Amino acid sequence: MSILSMSNIKKSFGDNNVLKDISLEVNKGEVVSIIGPSGGGKSTLLRCATLLETIDGGCLKYNGIPVTHTNESGKIVYEKNLNQFRKIFGLVFQNFNLFPHFSVLKNVIDAPVNVLKKTKEEAIEEALALLKKMGLEGKENMYPCDLSGGMQQRVSIVRALAMNPDILFFDEPTSALDPELTGEVLKVIKQLADDKMTMVIVTHEMAFAKAVSDRILFIDKGLVVEEGTPAELFDDTKNDRTKQFLMNYNNI
Amino acid sequence: MAPGMVKTCAIFFFTLLFSLPLGLIFTFLHTSKNRVISGIMHFIISVLRGTPLMLQLIAVNFGPWYLFGIETIREKLIPVVIAFSINYAAYFSEIYRGGIESIPVGQYEGATVLGYSKAQTFFRIILPQVVKTILPSVTNEIITLVKDTSLASTLSYAEIFLLSQQYSNTIQQFTPLLVAGVFYYVFNLVVTVVMSRVEKKMSYYKI
Ligand SMILES: Nc1ncnc2c1ncn2[C@@H]1O[C@H](COP(=O)(O)OP(=O)(O)O)[C@@H](O)[C@H]1O
Ligand SMILES: [Mg+2]
Repeated sequence: MSILSMSNIKKSFGDNNVLKDISLEVNKGEVVSIIGPSGGGKSTLLRCATLLETIDGGCLKYNGIPVTHTNESGKIVYEKNLNQFRKIFGLVFQNFNLFPHFSVLKNVIDAPVNVLKKTKEEAIEEALALLKKMGLEGKENMYPCDLSGGMQQRVSIVRALAMNPDILFFDEPTSALDPELTGEVLKVIKQLADDKMTMVIVTHEMAFAKAVSDRILFIDKGLVVEEGTPAELFDDTKNDRTKQFLMNYNNI
Repeated sequence: MAPGMVKTCAIFFFTLLFSLPLGLIFTFLHTSKNRVISGIMHFIISVLRGTPLMLQLIAVNFGPWYLFGIETIREKLIPVVIAFSINYAAYFSEIYRGGIESIPVGQYEGATVLGYSKAQTFFRIILPQVVKTILPSVTNEIITLVKDTSLASTLSYAEIFLLSQQYSNTIQQFTPLLVAGVFYYVFNLVVTVVMSRVEKKMSYYKI
């Protein structure tokens, strides 16, 4: 059974049809990358999946349980208790969205303690182990403003992982970083892929997408234009629009 | 003149005690999704900020008598603190509102995705950052409050200003007023020192 199932998702802002008809299934242990030109609807798709935006059509399910259903008059209705679904996924933002008034450690343990109601000791123990794994040992008492962008993004990945999600979404996790800092963040994401973490990654790092993904979606103008394994998409591109987009990236 | 100083301090502390939280309630009502509630609160705040505090003091003190024939309260500290608290709550609520609006939407989204409730998001994530950003404006307001306490003399509440004025008249000397002036000045010096300490304490992080 797939962890995430999005079928025929539609989303408009006013008369701007941002998502026209997008379906996406992600199975346990899979890494799916989403590529495509800016403005194509990639972020909106992730925001719909993570309940930051409401969909206008289609159906969203987590672990087979519907988050939305369509009522008699064709309107989308969301389940009442959405926090049960928020426990299933995590989201890593482009600009981190760490809590600046919390130390690194508190950023990581605050939600496990206050949302999952873990004991502080347990949360700290898990947080320290995760921080160590992400190369952030010894940084737990620092504040986000004292860290480089690359470290901040790794902390935000740890913060998401500390909630023990079944699936982790990334929205251009390295786009806000200086080029020399992207490597360290991509490395930890790769490490998660090796650990069989289920992930959906929106990225412009084509070489990275090719290396970590089981499947890649090329999204443009609110539609999945092409979908396949990295080999299929990069080395045997079918669609002209995909070809044209990939021409901008020559180091794949 | 010591009793006058004590009374001035009483106005000051009680006003802060009530107006700081009341201001937050005003902000909640003002930013409510319910148009009627937010409209009414908007009007109340604009009246409180757009009319003299002296007039509001008189209204709180004599209003009940004019409107309902209820005897005015003997202990003038009560109408004084009521009028001051409501008036300052209006100013604080505008400061809070500005502070809340300055917090990036990403902070709400980050918290929401982690499963924080609305209340948790506000009190754990948003409010602490708001406090830091609005501290300089709050300090300004507190300094104004120290000086505004003298308006309580309107209701014959014998705080330092009224006392020193009467005393000055009685002995036909300027000294009591000078003492009052020094008192306000030192009071605000203390306020400034305390508030900059608080600001320093919060400087361990940047937003
Ligand atoms: N909150 C919003 N309100 C209005 N329009 C939006 C909003 N969010 C995104 N859009 C529009 O949706 C389209 C897709 O945006 P987005 O999903 O961010 O694309 P991508 O992430 O692929 O660059 C853009 O035209 C953008 O202007
Ligand atoms: Mg985007």
